[in-house]
Amino acid sequence: MNTTAPVVQVENLRKTYGSFAAVDSVSFEIQRGETFALLGPNGAGKSTTIEILEGYRDRTGGSVKVLGVDPGKGGLNWKARLGIVLQSSGESGNVSVREQLTHFAGYYPNPRNVDEVIASVGLEAKAGTLIRKLSGGQRRRVDVALGIIGSPELLFLDEPTTGFDPEARQQFWQLIRSLKADGTTILLTTHYLDEAAQLGDRAGVIAGGKMIDIGAIDEIGGEEARIPLVRWRDANGKHEERTHTPGAVVASLMAAGAEPAGLEIVRPSLEDIYLQLVSDHAHAREVENAR
Amino acid sequence: MSTTTPTAETAPSFGLGIGRSVRLGFSRIKLEVRSYFRQGDSVFFTFLFPVVMLTIFAVAFSEQNFGTEEEPLTAAAFYLPGMIAAGLLLSGLQNMAIDIAMERSDGTLKRLAGTPLPVMSYFIGKIGQVFTTGVLQATLVILVASLAFDVELPSEPSKWVTFAWVFVLGVTTSAVLGIALSGLPRSGKSATAVVIPVALVLQFISGVYLGFSMLPEWLQNFASIFPLKWMAQGMREVFLPASFEVMEQSESWNLPGVAIATGLWLVIGLIVTRITFRWIRKDS
Ligand SMILES: Nc1ncnc2c1ncn2[C@@H]1O[C@H](COP(=O)(O)OP(=O)(O)OP(=O)(O)O)[C@@H](O)[C@H]1O
Ligand SMILES: [Mg+2]
Repeated sequence: MNTTAPVVQVENLRKTYGSFAAVDSVSFEIQRGETFALLGPNGAGKSTTIEILEGYRDRTGGSVKVLGVDPGKGGLNWKARLGIVLQSSGESGNVSVREQLTHFAGYYPNPRNVDEVIASVGLEAKAGTLIRKLSGGQRRRVDVALGIIGSPELLFLDEPTTGFDPEARQQFWQLIRSLKADGTTILLTTHYLDEAAQLGDRAGVIAGGKMIDIGAIDEIGGEEARIPLVRWRDANGKHEERTHTPGAVVASLMAAGAEPAGLEIVRPSLEDIYLQLVSDHAHAREVENAR
Repeated sequence: MSTTTPTAETAPSFGLGIGRSVRLGFSRIKLEVRSYFRQGDSVFFTFLFPVVMLTIFAVAFSEQNFGTEEEPLTAAAFYLPGMIAAGLLLSGLQNMAIDIAMERSDGTLKRLAGTPLPVMSYFIGKIGQVFTTGVLQATLVILVASLAFDVELPSEPSKWVTFAWVFVLGVTTSAVLGIALSGLPRSGKSATAVVIPVALVLQFISGVYLGFSMLPEWLQNFASIFPLKWMAQGMREVFLPASFEVMEQSESWNLPGVAIATGLWLVIGLIVTRITFRWIRKDS
């Protein structure tokens, strides 16, 4: 039997700033070739978690292995296997897109082709432009390009598509799919739930530093949360019914008489499920605090 | 059953040796020099500053004789060595300390920290940038002095040998001290406020703007603690007439002293850098 160790292993990770726990006993694993989406509201602890995995921040407790190495002790060989797109970056950018990418390509043992990378983020027309003269979304694409230039085994993407126009986002999804096809392992955070649904294999939802749910993208939130909803209006107001047999519900409505107004059958999207999870968690906290 | 740890299996180590550091160092020099000249303010404040100051002094004191009756000396000739020394300080210490503090706060260093770039290559890039811009700057100052203000340049090869080693030692020391100082300011914005006054005071007490022999002895002794005084003294040996030697401290150019004092600061700078340099402040 041959088992491959997970690319990322996080166990009971804890990070405190003073008495405030930004990350509180978070555990997850990412297998080789998998895309894991880390979801959660602002301040949930996503970036803190990612930056610990990248070796930027020390952890307060727990154990972390990234490509088999403790990120606090990762050397140059380890870094050569990672691609990092940070949540924010703001260099002065006095070099052109191509100069910057060509230069960074030199850091890695098997870099990607610079022009292909530029094309893959849709910056062909701007390849010769100084980075500081690019628009915000274009600069962000340079960040993504720099993250993938070294053909990383493991790619960290912290809100990579902030500021992307819809077309750039589609192109980015295409890019990530091709990286996945090449076997790249990806850790992604995003506030665009459609993005997570499109790209992720599994997701973890983190809130207030705690992992509140984790699972396959199409299973997270549980069976219950995915049951379709039938909504309609009548003289008594709005109605909503969760049912495995929406057709039957509609049929019975029809049988009862007139065509129901505002009829919809909704399969909860990842966004609906996510919002439900986060608000349930917030409620549970309030109840806990009230005690 | 076998468990494969990804580290051992899939990562052939790729020449982490000195060769790679140097190769990437040269690649960084190219990038650094390019972006230096594309950044308008650094070109003015550090690159052209000595030429501008030399011109101002040469024009303002054009009627004055800085030498003796028998051996007259123009203001341009008198100020040339000081301006070259000031250039070493500005291109090296001032430029590096501010530049690296800025790069630390704007995220450049954070990005580099996440790549397999050796710190050594980064330093080579910085020192190479200082060296390149320093050479161009000194050349410009000397050319302007000679062509615009008729300063007579030394003809003995031995003077130029002295110039070469004082320059190389000075520019390296200055750059290394700048790197060492870059960790001091808490942010890029405060770097300018911290570094420029320090550099300015050093220039005033080290014989750059004011003739060193005009300073009281205690101030001369104090200035002798710092390297700029010694770099300026070395440059005076090269560019001033021999008759000026008696005006130096201990009435001698004291080139061995120049080498020792500057070299000592180089070592101090290297040690401080080695101990304190971090790509980023963790957990800030
Ligand atoms: N250096 C720090 N010092 C003190 N508190 C910090 C520090 N960094 C982060 N925090 C706190 O930790 C919490 C988690 O921050 P983090 O940046 O990980 O959130 P996030 O999930 O990435 O949010 P966002 O979606 O807004 O990016 C926040 O409450 C933040 O204020
Ligand atoms: Mg974040």
